[in-house]
Formats: sequence, structure tokens, C-alpha cells
Amino acid sequence: MASTVSPPDVAWMLVATALVLLMTPALAFFYGGLVRSKNALNTMMMSVCALGFVGVAWALLGYTLAFAPGSAFLGGLSRALLSGVGLEAQGTIPQLLFMAYQGTFAIITAALVSGAVVERMRFGPYLAFVTLWSLLVYAPVAHWVWGGGFLAKMGALDFAGGTVVHVNAAVAALVAAVVIGKRKDYARQAILPHNVPFTLLGAGLLWFGWFGFNAGSALAANGIAALAFANTMLAPAGTLVTWTLLDLVRTGKVTAVGAATAIVVGLVAVTPAAGFVGPMAALVLGLLAAFPSYFALLYRARTRLDDSLDVVAAHGLGGSVGALLTGVLASKAWNGTADGLLFGNPAQLGIQALGLLSAIAYSGVLSFLLLKGIALVAPLKIDRQHEGLGMDVSQHGEEAYADHDGAVLILESSADAAVPLGALATEGGRS
Amino acid sequence: MKLVVALVRPEKAAEVLEALFRADVQGLTISRVQGHGGETEKVETYRGTTVKMELQEKVRFDIGVSDHFVEPTVRAVLTAARTGEVGDGKIFVLPVEKIYRIRTGEEDRAAVTPVQVVAAGRA
Repeated sequence: MASTVSPPDVAWMLVATALVLLMTPALAFFYGGLVRSKNALNTMMMSVCALGFVGVAWALLGYTLAFAPGSAFLGGLSRALLSGVGLEAQGTIPQLLFMAYQGTFAIITAALVSGAVVERMRFGPYLAFVTLWSLLVYAPVAHWVWGGGFLAKMGALDFAGGTVVHVNAAVAALVAAVVIGKRKDYARQAILPHNVPFTLLGAGLLWFGWFGFNAGSALAANGIAALAFANTMLAPAGTLVTWTLLDLVRTGKVTAVGAATAIVVGLVAVTPAAGFVGPMAALVLGLLAAFPSYFALLYRARTRLDDSLDVVAAHGLGGSVGALLTGVLASKAWNGTADGLLFGNPAQLGIQALGLLSAIAYSGVLSFLLLKGIALVAPLKIDRQHEGLGMDVSQHGEEAYADHDGAVLILESSADAAVPLGALATEGGRS
Repeated sequence: MKLVVALVRPEKAAEVLEALFRADVQGLTISRVQGHGGETEKVETYRGTTVKMELQEKVRFDIGVSDHFVEPTVRAVLTAARTGEVGDGKIFVLPVEKIYRIRTGEEDRAAVTPVQVVAAGRA
């Protein structure tokens, strides 16, 4: 491992870190647009607050559990509270920058889980869940693949986190949707997206940030980064085309929510493959990845599983397809590391499958125990009355789209209840 | 002929609609309104500003019905809109002097008796 810091690599990784951080607010818009207006702020806050809570947890403990030298299953505690994390080279960038870059991954991964529990999970237990989940589930799985753990030693290929990030989050999402239960209106009333343009905005910003996620995972400004960058452009384009055609053939109408979903599915699928496969292989991977997710979405809506924003169909299936196809399409001619099935190395597909199954089993069990543990302290789900009122008012005391007619200012000094109806604020200019 | 005006919680609007359709009430108008009915206020905070929301969001149903439909209509709303908490809303039944159906010029009871749609899909 090179032990000197390379300025060009530092420059690229600074940008890449900022790009990945942007993905979490982007996810807030993607998810926020898909829920009803009375739950818009709550849904967006689930992503936004992960920036804080998971970010802090990462600095205190997450980084050391994932990346400090340790066992095959977990990092040690030598870098707890960032001790010994300074400007010395980790690869060709300062370890501090490496820590920040990896932290943005922990944040977005935890925030992804929220899609399965929106419109009903109480906010306090949610914060406890994502914070502890990032330490107990995300950090160990990241260690297995990227921190020198057992999957790394076996040669599992996960370039930017198809298994570590997406399958991992999707399994936790599945478990959370089952443990917390469905929304009271689920399968009884039409629950429709309140702002599809938000969702398209979120998908666009996710794509933009994902260049940092995938190309940044080269951890250097080199050819592999360029390969991952091009693949991150091509695969979602392929998925978008397949998805659009499926929409056209099935209903005759191309949907915007479908297009936004397709972009995310393509990005998820190319994530594990980005720096390992050639550009045409990435395109094929993108084209193929649309099928399982598209039909899983249609099927899920008819089941009793209220995975509200389809984390499992988009991230779970997309990530699994990507991880397995990486084992098929990986090409040593491009990556210099390993070949896949198509290039005469069928064993790679088996290793990929083992990596997937390990993450699924671990994330499933630990997420279940964690949720049950938190449920002993505080109820996870909102009561029906407040669920009906909306999570924005009940959890945050704010509304996304209130016109605030009839809002009476409460002054610290006055007896607030004494304000007569005649003194209503008429913000809209009505009087 | 009566006009049934019902003010219900927004989160109950879908259930009320469903109950009305089940009771064969097919013609209605709804609007989003705000009102004050003595329920406890919501308190919201934006930065340093704390406000009490005196006006609550409600959904208003306007349903013109012939006399024998008043009872099932009111019963449907009463059952579907109730939570038992203050703020469930009100139902007003008002006398109506005259009703016209604009398309045909039909009057009164004929104007509020739904027609069977013959051919769907004609634009």
C-alpha cells in the first residue's frame, strides 16, 4: 500500500465525499415526494436527521468497528473517537478524508431503511434505531467486505456497496416493515405520492451524487474511477429504457414515478459492479436489472407487506442482481483484479452469492433483535389517531404546506390562552 | 329535498366517501375548508415562533338528496366520520327550495336521482 498522499487523489476524494453526502438530502426529496402531504416533513426528516445521528455515531464508534484492524468479523476499538485518525496516508489520501468519505456511506445506508417505515414509525425510536443500526449492522458488514474481513479475504467483489449498502439496508427495511406493521390505511385507501416532481428531483440528485459514490470508491483519481464513472452513467440509462418499455407495453403510459424508480434501480444494480465490469457489460446489467424490480413492485402492492416505498424491490433486488451479475460480468481486462463467470471464473459467482447470503442473514437477525429491543423501551408505531392526523403535526409540530390562517402567536409574557378569536392572524391578507 | 352539509376530519374523508357510495349516495361535492369547533388547538413551532392553530382543517361534503335519502346519508356520515374525540365535525340538514340538473333541465327529485350510465367510454 502506498504510503504517500497524492494531491490529485485528495482533490477528487474531497469532491466525491461531498457528492455522496448530497445523496442523503436527495433521498429525502425522493422519499418525501412519494408520501402523503401530511407526512412529507416527517419522511424527509428521517433522512435529514440521519446526517446528524449516524454522522456522530460514525465518528465515535462506527469507523473503528468498520475499518480498524480487528477480527474477520469486526474491527477493533483502536480508532474509537477518531484516535489515531489523522493526515497520514490511507492508500493515497489522508485517513481523515477516508473516514469522512466512508461516513457518508453509513449515513445514506441507514437513511435508506426509512422508506419501509414512513408514515407510521415514531420519530424517537426511529432515531435510536438508525443510530444503533449503523453501529451494530452497517459497520460489521462494511468490515467484512472493505475492512479486511472474511468476505474481503474470500475475494467477494462489491465495488461501492451493492451488498454492504443496498441489500443490507433492504433486509433491515423488510424486517422493520414486518415488525412495525402496516399503516392503518394500507390496502384500504388509495395512498398516493403527494409531489412527484420532488421524487424526480430526488432521483436526479441521487444520480449526480452517485458519481461520487461509485467513482469515488476507486479511492483515487485514476482509470478505475473513470470506468466506474462511465458505468454509473450507462447502467441507469439502460434500466430507464427497459423500465419505460415495460410501462409502455403493459399500460401504454410511461410513468414519472416509474422513471424515478428506474434510475435508482439502475444505480443500485451497478454499484457493486462499477469498477469491475466493462462499459457494455454495465449497460447490459442496467437493461436486465429493471425486470426483477419492476415486477416485484407490482407484486408487493398486492401483498400485506407494507414496505411503503419499496426499499426491498428497488434496493434489495437491484442490489442482489447487481452483486450476482458482478460475478458473471467482471472482467480482469478492465479491473485487473478478478474475472467473472463469463470470462472463465464460475467460482466468482459462488463467492458473490455467499457474500449476499451472509449480509442477508446477519442484517435480518440483528435488525429484528434491535427493533424488538427498542420496542421494550418505547412503542415503535404511532397510535391510530395521530397516524390519521399526520406525522408532521404529531411528531414535529410543523406542517409542510399549511397556509397558517388562524395561527395565533403565543407570546412568552402573555397568558397565551387569552387571545380572542378576533385576533386571528390572517397571513393570506384576508381580513 | 334536503341539502346535507357535513364537516368532517380530512383523515376521515375517504372513509366517509366510501360509506356514502355504499349507501348509494352518488352525487356530492367536497371542499377543503377551515373552521373552529372548540377542539384543542395544535401548537406548532417555526424557529423561535410558537403558534396555536385556532382553525382546523376540515372537509365539507355538500350532498343534495331527496327526502327518503336523508336518513341513510346522515347515518353513513355519522358512522364513518366518528372517532369519539372532540373535533369530529358536524352535519347540517337544510331544506332546499329548488333543484335543477343543468344537462337536462330536470327539476327537483328527478334532478337528484342518479341516471344509469349506459355506455362507458364515450368521450
